[in-house]
Amino acid sequence: MTGYTFAEKALARAAGVASARAGDLLDVRPDVIFSHDNTAAIRKTFLQTGAQRILHPERVCITLDHAVPAPTTDHALNHAEIRAWVAEQGIRHFFEVGRGICHQVISEEALVLPGEVIFGSDSHTPHFGWMGAFGMGVGRTEMAALWAVGELWLRVPESMRVTLTGALSPGVTTKDVSLHLIGAHGIDGGEYRSVEFAGDALDALSIDERSVLPNMMAEFGAMSAYMPPNQRVFDYLEAKRQRNYTPLYPDADAEYAEDIHIDIGSLRPVVARPHQPDNVAPAGDLYGEVVQQAFLGTCTNGKYEDLVAAARVLKGRRVSIRTLVIPSSAEALKRAAADGTLSILLEAGATIGTPGCGPCMGNHMGVPAPGEATISSANRNFKGRMGTSDASIYLANPYVVAASAITGRITDPGEFLS
Amino acid sequence: MTSSHRAWAYGDNVNTDVIFPGKYTYKVRDPKDFAAHALEDLDPSFATQARPGDVIVAGRNWGCGSSREQAVTALKYAGVVAIIAASFNGLYFRNCVNNGVLPIVCPGLRDAVATGDIIRIDQAAGEIFVGEARFTYTPPPPGVQAILDAGGLLPMLQARFRG
Ligand code: SF4
Repeated sequence: MTGYTFAEKALARAAGVASARAGDLLDVRPDVIFSHDNTAAIRKTFLQTGAQRILHPERVCITLDHAVPAPTTDHALNHAEIRAWVAEQGIRHFFEVGRGICHQVISEEALVLPGEVIFGSDSHTPHFGWMGAFGMGVGRTEMAALWAVGELWLRVPESMRVTLTGALSPGVTTKDVSLHLIGAHGIDGGEYRSVEFAGDALDALSIDERSVLPNMMAEFGAMSAYMPPNQRVFDYLEAKRQRNYTPLYPDADAEYAEDIHIDIGSLRPVVARPHQPDNVAPAGDLYGEVVQQAFLGTCTNGKYEDLVAAARVLKGRRVSIRTLVIPSSAEALKRAAADGTLSILLEAGATIGTPGCGPCMGNHMGVPAPGEATISSANRNFKGRMGTSDASIYLANPYVVAASAITGRITDPGEFLS
Repeated sequence: MTSSHRAWAYGDNVNTDVIFPGKYTYKVRDPKDFAAHALEDLDPSFATQARPGDVIVAGRNWGCGSSREQAVTALKYAGVVAIIAASFNGLYFRNCVNNGVLPIVCPGLRDAVATGDIIRIDQAAGEIFVGEARFTYTPPPPGVQAILDAGGLLPMLQARFRG
């Protein structure tokens, strides 16, 4: 008998069964469920079921983040409906406009913990793999069902292991590791799988650096992602956590559908060119490609350390194109304000937006005009993602975004970091 | 029992942003209006010409990207009853089941079908016929088939709460 993967262990636990194997169909009861601006639409479906009260309101988190502050009356109405619902159902974990992006806020608030299962009506829910939680995105009907009955059917995924060794070079980040992986294996390389990271390289990573990898696994087709939690993770969660937890680790002899090894020390800054996250090329090879806007933000790379990275490049320099910085949370913004990072960005000519998703999915300020190209620290660059289908999106790490903001071209940050 | 369907053929990695653009996700709120934007950025003829009973035949990784369920319901309201792909994004696959749209994983079919072709599906047997050619697939496990038979997750919950 071979051992169990993390996904098999976490889902067996949440389904209340002794053990589970990839391929098993389980009714899983997540510890935490969340939604965002799509909560009002979920409410409509929920009420159609005939249920009236959310079964476990204490497990529900709701964050207003996708279009904040409300850019139109429609969005304002949507937010108002959600506030009324939150009050009616007694949902305590509600985060208002400006608090930040759901994945980042729930992480900062330690509302989910290692070894737990979290389902969100957002495709980047694998994000919570950074702490060793099983995160999976669900549809709106599924979220309505979770409100009503607290459980959801799912097929236990096969797992693949990605072992990272070595140390990142200056100007290279876990965004490059993610894009490299997706570029090498395609946007369906992790399809319907749990991507379980392993290897010595993980120990050196900060919390902000960790969270990029599982977040980006949504672009790999993964159902979920996992990183083994370490002391740094436990310390981060300690101050805010409201319950005990038991971290889970895959068995040494667990069976993986695929084993991939990456020496992250060999990586250079890369860029995903339009219109797919696996269309990856070295940033240094793309200097001929002109961009009209730089966007630093999103649940992938709008964190405090991402702002610091951009500030390292922009210190004492000026941007030559419009440059939008939208911190992923109020906490990130406060820290950047307190230590002077924000001043550096402002001095360089950047514009600062309200913590939230910003123009990431084309719903809020900062959307491009037809024919324009944006260099972005986001996760997804499909055609039409930022609004118009005639715009191009290049995905990169914060150093590349900042360097490109200076030159107005896709730029390897190397020369700005010495 | 086989059923006949007209096919719309598409390629690999068709993502949710082209199936149902994100800019509409908070603008278009009536499900009936979703269909008007279905596949807008990939195939503008689809929304005007799709008919009830049509199916989509696609390559690998159909529905990658966002969790937005409108990427399924837009097709459903346009008349699509089944999507047959070489592979699906997992979240999209579940959204199909939960909305009563039959997802079929059948890698060989895409190259045998062009838009406008008529195909026949035998769901109980797990068989698809294109002219004389026969393709097989694994029908869903009973738990999943039960949701499909109910017409999706919502009707299933309604039965539970409304009795
Ligand atoms: S920042 Fe972008 S990818 Fe992240 S949750 Fe918001 S819209 Fe989704």
